[in-house]
Amino acid sequence: MTRAAASRPRADAPTRSLVVADAVLTLTIAGSWRMDQALPALDPVRQALEATPPPKTLAFACAGVTGWDSLFLTQCRAILALARQRGVTADLAGLPDGVASLLALAEKVPERQGAARTTTHAPFLDRMADLGIGSVQAVHNLLEFLGEVTLAAVALVRGKAVFQRSQLTTLIYQASIDALAIVSLISFLVGLILAFVGAIQLSQFGAQIYVSTIVGIAMIRVMGAIMTGIIMAGRTGAAYAAELGTMQVNEEIDALKTFGFSPTQFLVLPRMIALVLMMPLLCIYADLMGVMGGFVVGVFMLKINPIQYLTHTWQSVPLANFWIGLVHSTIFGVLVAMAGCYRGMHCGRSALGVGQVTTSAVVTSILAIVIATAILTVACNIIGV
Amino acid sequence: MTAVSDNAAPPAPDANTAAIRVEGLTMAYGDFVIMRDLNFTVRLGDIFIIMGGSGCGKSTLLRVLVGLKEPAAGTVFYREGSLWDAPPDERHAILRRTGILYQSGALFSSMTLAENISLPLSQYTALPRGEIRDIVSLKLALVGLAGFEDFYPSEISGGMCKRAGLARAMALDPDILFFDEPSAGLDPVSAHNLDELILELRESLKATFVVVTHELASIFAIGNNSVYLDVETRTMTASGDPKEMLANATDPKLRRFLTRGQE
Repeated sequence: MTRAAASRPRADAPTRSLVVADAVLTLTIAGSWRMDQALPALDPVRQALEATPPPKTLAFACAGVTGWDSLFLTQCRAILALARQRGVTADLAGLPDGVASLLALAEKVPERQGAARTTTHAPFLDRMADLGIGSVQAVHNLLEFLGEVTLAAVALVRGKAVFQRSQLTTLIYQASIDALAIVSLISFLVGLILAFVGAIQLSQFGAQIYVSTIVGIAMIRVMGAIMTGIIMAGRTGAAYAAELGTMQVNEEIDALKTFGFSPTQFLVLPRMIALVLMMPLLCIYADLMGVMGGFVVGVFMLKINPIQYLTHTWQSVPLANFWIGLVHSTIFGVLVAMAGCYRGMHCGRSALGVGQVTTSAVVTSILAIVIATAILTVACNIIGV
Repeated sequence: MTAVSDNAAPPAPDANTAAIRVEGLTMAYGDFVIMRDLNFTVRLGDIFIIMGGSGCGKSTLLRVLVGLKEPAAGTVFYREGSLWDAPPDERHAILRRTGILYQSGALFSSMTLAENISLPLSQYTALPRGEIRDIVSLKLALVGLAGFEDFYPSEISGGMCKRAGLARAMALDPDILFFDEPSAGLDPVSAHNLDELILELRESLKATFVVVTHELASIFAIGNNSVYLDVETRTMTASGDPKEMLANATDPKLRRFLTRGQE
């Protein structure tokens, strides 16, 4: 009748009958009590235990049990709990081999008081207050992080920042060469789309040549920088958050701290340098690819002379737009690197936490890019460039 | 399956008493052979210890036994047949009768303990939700974690994670339970309690246990059968009851291992 040796016949349905004699309630149990069988309901046992006068003792007769597993144990536990409630003494001697000892094992460590969770709904004002305190804490964390980054930047300028130069090279490579393919594709297609949208309108007036102006100004002034920023937010910013988050989970950041290294200098600074240096270069490359996208539409669809298209782009896009684009991309580099590193450094200590910080790094980066673009556009308008 | 030399072959195991039979097993990463010509039998109801020094391939052997890593040669027989020659569906059916406790517990961090344990139950049984909940609370009570159903793994200690991992490994009432370094990272009292728990479970469940460990206290406390993997010769150099090995072994490397380097 051991668990491992018992067979699992479907036809061997579990049965339970009960007899009360001399204040002893005897449960006669037979058949296979396994997870793949439907078990008899507990109601008759409950009724027998709640009868007046109640039985004094509960006994089991299990000679006919051909197999059992955890489901049998849960039934026994439920019956014993009922018996305990009614003050009925249980005699476990008749249970199959091993069942009584497993039931005893389950009772060995009592349920820890207060361990079970209860869901309580805090009053509205409580929740508002919690929200307020949480926001203050978040602002505090952000300011602390900005302060640490500033101090790390000062240390860098003074030549006292401690980080691995070889790691910086790798990070620069990852944030530039590795990103070229995706930046090429997206920028080229954005240029192509801009040209298509403009071409439909402009060809009605015979002014197809101005497609080059639209594409040139849009890409070089802002779209090149925005597209690069968004690509790098999804690619590199997310990677920074996941890397630093995993390091947090693996206690690598704690290890750095105990060695006396500043995690901000050692981990955040090289990532910031890599992105801030590479974003403007990627932006210039994206500008070129975008113009190429417009060029393809202009030359092959609108039949504009290639030389004329390029010359017109060169003449109609003021150089100031190029510098504005570079300023945008440098700022985006700072924002994406900061969002990724800030989220990664504030990761919880679980795989779940890493997922959450990665998501929030991308969301924060894109939000920051859009807000920064709005501010810069208004600022450019005010100073008249 | 490779040919096995006569002197290395185990006594022909009785099909009724062997839970796992390993024949001519060679494990390798690429061209690098970790262990070769392993032959041993885990009997039903054994607490079988896989022991050996650090880096000798104990955990790799466990991965081969539970279907996570393909052997370079040889095979592993369960009662149903060869694990590695079986088609994927059959292999999964064989492995469903096993439970594994990973070194760190390997609980899913995005789920509560109750969800961790009920996952295999809801996948592989047709039990209604109430009965699954009862089984979950039984399993947690068996490992001394009654009442911790709604906790996330990040909210409990490492030792508790390990016990919760054991509760999850037992979810489907497996016939064979595998443990990877169960006492690693536990304080001596917790490690002792875990050993006691393994013994009590073996007594009540009549299940078979395969334990990878190099904790001597555990080995002698719970093991009744074992295999010793030697890192230098890259094969098994001894097998049997570890207490008898300590009494009778003549191999100086094995004696050094079993006496913590004292002899």
